[in-house]
Amino acid sequence: MPEAAAKPVLEVSGLKKHFPVRKGLLRRTVGHVFAVDGVSFSIGEGETLGLVGESGCGKTTVGRAVLRLVEPTDGSIRLDGADITGLRKAELRPHRRKMQIIFQDPFSSLNPRMSAGDIVAEPLGVHRVARGKALRDEVAALFERVGLRRAQMDAYPHQFSGGQRQRIGIARALALNPKLIIGDEPVSALDVSIQAQVINLLMDLQRERRLSYLFISHNLAVVEHISHRIAVMYLGRIVEHTDKKTLFTNPLHPYTEALLSAVPVPDPAIKRKKLVVQGDVPSPVRPPPGCHFHTRCPYAVDRCRIDSPALREVVPGHHVACHLR
Amino acid sequence: MTDSRIDFTAADHAAELARAGAHVTGWRGATLLLIRRYPLGAIGAVIFTLFVFAAVFADVVAPMDPLSTNSRASLAAPSATYLLGADFMGRDVFSRLVYGARISLAVGLGATALGCLFGILVGLLSGYLGGWIDLVVQRVIDIMQSLPLLVMALVMAASLGPSLRNTIIAIAIPLVPNVARVIRSNTLSLREMPFVEAARAVGMGELRIALRHVLPNTLAPIIVLATAQLGSTILTEASLSFLGLGVPEPHPSWGRMLSESAAEYVRTAPWLVIFPGVAISLIVFGTNLLGDAVRDILDPRQRS
Repeated sequence: MPEAAAKPVLEVSGLKKHFPVRKGLLRRTVGHVFAVDGVSFSIGEGETLGLVGESGCGKTTVGRAVLRLVEPTDGSIRLDGADITGLRKAELRPHRRKMQIIFQDPFSSLNPRMSAGDIVAEPLGVHRVARGKALRDEVAALFERVGLRRAQMDAYPHQFSGGQRQRIGIARALALNPKLIIGDEPVSALDVSIQAQVINLLMDLQRERRLSYLFISHNLAVVEHISHRIAVMYLGRIVEHTDKKTLFTNPLHPYTEALLSAVPVPDPAIKRKKLVVQGDVPSPVRPPPGCHFHTRCPYAVDRCRIDSPALREVVPGHHVACHLR
Repeated sequence: MTDSRIDFTAADHAAELARAGAHVTGWRGATLLLIRRYPLGAIGAVIFTLFVFAAVFADVVAPMDPLSTNSRASLAAPSATYLLGADFMGRDVFSRLVYGARISLAVGLGATALGCLFGILVGLLSGYLGGWIDLVVQRVIDIMQSLPLLVMALVMAASLGPSLRNTIIAIAIPLVPNVARVIRSNTLSLREMPFVEAARAVGMGELRIALRHVLPNTLAPIIVLATAQLGSTILTEASLSFLGLGVPEPHPSWGRMLSESAAEYVRTAPWLVIFPGVAISLIVFGTNLLGDAVRDILDPRQRS
């Protein structure tokens, strides 16, 4: 699929989320965790944007901030043309129907005391979409769509396997017929064979319903399979953002290069140029000045230590935040 | 609350039982299943029901007036006339126990229910809302917990004056901090669960999330706490009555029957001590068994 369509479903610009670090008896703010530090992207209808990065880079926080599960510190979020950034809870409610989330952990994301049917029915009840027999029929249809049996509606989460539980989570996310689904590592907790099934289900659903996905993952192979475009995050910022083919064949940012060379290739005969990054990710409480990656970048020059590189469109459709490109 | 709930026409009784017994249709089937699957719970239910029955129908069950004295029967040993013996004033112990069930159960169940209700409310609010509300509530609880339960109840009872209602309140209030603490700590971990976030992402109100997603998951500790507290409330009532701050004389309560005679008559007329003690032990035992079964029945993971 091409670039973001004419009217994007989701438009995020300059998104920031700084968590205060409090200490002492008076809970004074002694610093901030710069979890997300100026992130912009957009997702078109029927498009999947993969958001990758190692743990702690802020990709999950981006997802939560878009859903307003955490309050963004700065920046704006436009959903389906409407700015939802400053909306109050009640004003936000109608917009919530348009975006839903699938969680990583298929165990803690389902209330153990509710039947699977009740869990999937809940969004429909909250938004008063259906009730009684109509509600039950709708839930049954959702069950069948995600590959569960109607008879399983009365069962409780503990009676399902991990993959089936994730299907319940998908059915719940689909219930309100949203335009955008945020998948927060939706397959990371599953067996590899089950991962493929769930990914295929997500892709089928996308084709059927013109769904847009923000697919958050650390698994590059999975992201490559499902995404149209990919954004790479490092320490709260997007460092590279382009379509998936370009990213995998011609990565421009040193961090992306390092990430890709860390992906195992199932062919021992292939010799690859390896870029191995040294050291650890710096603390997001005290991110390094200049380019966040300069502490580990093998190509870093003086400018990288002072000047923070902006995300520039180096080649049409290919955005990179690096002084050297 | 119920609009998003689906009314499933459950096929088997297990599922019927699952729906909290609120609208169990096949009573017979449900009862049989209860006995088969939770035999101890069934025993507990029988004990509990017997005591409640005795308390409600005390006028019919008790063979004598629990207050009428008879000097000739003073300290009479158990016999055909005095089934469980008679006390110093010649009052029938069995009749007094039956009438005493009224007060002891009212105090025990009433104070436990009241204490748990407020404890749940305080704990849920404190844990779910957090922030300065939590801070203030927890410090008040610290203060309350630094005083022993009995001392707290004594102060409460002394300031409220002796009566059944005041006794219940005096015993219930010291229970609140314990329950609140447990519920708060559960709430703290539950409110961060992804299923709570999912409800938020759907646009569910916070109050509804607290009641529908958080509260039901704190049920198990609540039931364990409540059944454990029941015995101690009955005994606290005994202590208060012994000090003249509980339910006023001459109304019999198990606790007072026990505490009044414990020192003086334990060797000369042991039935005065044994039978009230047995009654208290039985009701505590029964409610514990029943509580465990109820906890399991309400937990979907324990059911299948």
